[in-house]
Amino acid sequence: MNAEQAPNSPHIAVVGASLAGWRAAEQLRRSEFGGTITLIGDEPHQPYDRPPLSKQVLAGDWPAERTVLAPEDQLRELDLTARFGTRAIGLNLADRTLTLAPAPPAGADQGDYELGDHDTEELGFDGLIIATGARCRALPTGGLSGIHTLRTLDDAMAITEAFDAHPSRVAVVGAGFIGAEVAATARGRGLEVTMIEALPIPLGRVLGEDIGQLCAELHREHGVDLRLGVGVEHFVGGPEDRVTGVVLTDGSTVDADVVVVGIGVIPNTEWLEGSGLELDNGVMCDETCLAAPGVVAVGDVACWRHVTFDEVMRVEHWENAVEQGKFGANRLLKWFETGDDSASSEPYAPVPWFWSDQYDRKLQLAGRIRSDDTSEIVTGSLEERRFATIFGRSGKLVGVFGMNRPRHVMQYRQLITEGATWDEALSFAKE
Amino acid sequence: MRVVVDYDLCESNAVCMAVAPEIFEVRDDDFLYVLNETPDEAMREKLVEAAERCPKQAIAIADD
Ligand SMILES: Cc1cc2nc3c(=O)[nH]c(=O)nc-3n(C[C@H](O)[C@H](O)[C@H](O)COP(=O)(O)OP(=O)(O)OC[C@H]3O[C@@H](n4cnc5c(N)ncnc54)[C@H](O)[C@@H]3O)c2cc1C
Ligand code: SF4
Repeated sequence: MNAEQAPNSPHIAVVGASLAGWRAAEQLRRSEFGGTITLIGDEPHQPYDRPPLSKQVLAGDWPAERTVLAPEDQLRELDLTARFGTRAIGLNLADRTLTLAPAPPAGADQGDYELGDHDTEELGFDGLIIATGARCRALPTGGLSGIHTLRTLDDAMAITEAFDAHPSRVAVVGAGFIGAEVAATARGRGLEVTMIEALPIPLGRVLGEDIGQLCAELHREHGVDLRLGVGVEHFVGGPEDRVTGVVLTDGSTVDADVVVVGIGVIPNTEWLEGSGLELDNGVMCDETCLAAPGVVAVGDVACWRHVTFDEVMRVEHWENAVEQGKFGANRLLKWFETGDDSASSEPYAPVPWFWSDQYDRKLQLAGRIRSDDTSEIVTGSLEERRFATIFGRSGKLVGVFGMNRPRHVMQYRQLITEGATWDEALSFAKE
Repeated sequence: MRVVVDYDLCESNAVCMAVAPEIFEVRDDDFLYVLNETPDEAMREKLVEAAERCPKQAIAIADD
């Protein structure tokens, strides 16, 4: 389809009603899109914010309502049809239709849920925004209860409830950012925590050995029993099939009556299988977020070639969901006007950034770093637990990590955006 | 137009400073300072962007 064939009042379907989908819908109206919008999400809730789930919600400081991103009145203002509790289960690109079905009951996995034909419906669209995000990787639970993952509000409420019941020990599997936040929040509530991590140094591959070691120390200083370099063999249960412990690959057992598994996420693309879209660790897009004619993908589910970092990336950060949501909405509107011509469109090339709050420390990372990058501490020291480290590759500044140094992270992030060389970054540090 | 920051929510991550350095500054003490609480109407677009990008939703724009 091109500009001449575009209907007078086009219909845009947004699939995934979380941060990226919500911000995309908002941007459509802001860019004066006058057609109709349907926002489809399989969770029963209005769009809500996930970062507080592992922090304030789990701590018991915030009620669930406080995480709402889009209150009723804002939803009304956008003049869209909201279909919460509805899942997209298929896409037909040739006919430009989606197949929708009622969302399965909470807890049911994508895939293992059978539908009768009468439950499904077809919804036509002219433009499509895919924002189905990601879900947690899980471990086989052996049918035991008390083993959680944390992605949704319902997950957070279930874990909060388990924490409220004063468990004697919480086992956290995975010392990545989510696992680290859960451990920190649980310690903040006075719970005993054992953290199990398969790598010898937590986050060592992402942040390098020195910073990874520091993260390990931070947990130990706060009383976490940290088990590094071991995996989970299986879980053990007691009466009523409740979990009572975790058997590790070194043969030892950790007693725990609550387990939280944080071992990464998988993009939600199963519903697009066979649609003709390229799926490879997410929905593959061109450098402008276009996945197919009139189809964009945004947020945690989207994969695209970043022109300045020259790599294919998928970013699982809050800010990217916001930015790419807006960007993708505008890209789709431009497609209505000018078609597929991506060469004349601005590429989506942000400097990724995220934060993580653990204990009283704020960790932030901007850019793209690899374990073999050159690095240099530009302010503070590891001992103070207040520092910023910059990362360079091939003579360029490519990343910055800060612990309680937000101002520096933003300054170096700006330098990365401007394409600063490593030497320029070092001389900026000396100023 | 007035810029209102909820300091109980703000975590000094300086996202707003990157968007509108004329208005927001996170100093070496790690606190956010609002440099101009009643900026010109011309700043509105940037302020809206800062408010939307603030991960803690700590920035509000009051019209009174
Ligand atoms: C506990 C937690 C803490 C976090 N903390 C931070 C942090 O401190 N800093 C940071 O930068 N980032 C953080 N993040 C990451 C951030 O929240 C995500 O990057 C962001 O939520 C991505 O938004 P999204 O809209 O792309 O995807 P998601 O938030 O995953 O939303 C996708 C939505 O689509 C729905 N969906 C999926 N499939 C279908 C379908 N077929 N049909 C209809 N709907 C569907 C899903 O149910 C979901 O509601 C955190 C995430 C979690 C879970
Ligand atoms: S963006 Fe928000 S949280 Fe960050 S410094 Fe500004 S007001 Fe504070």
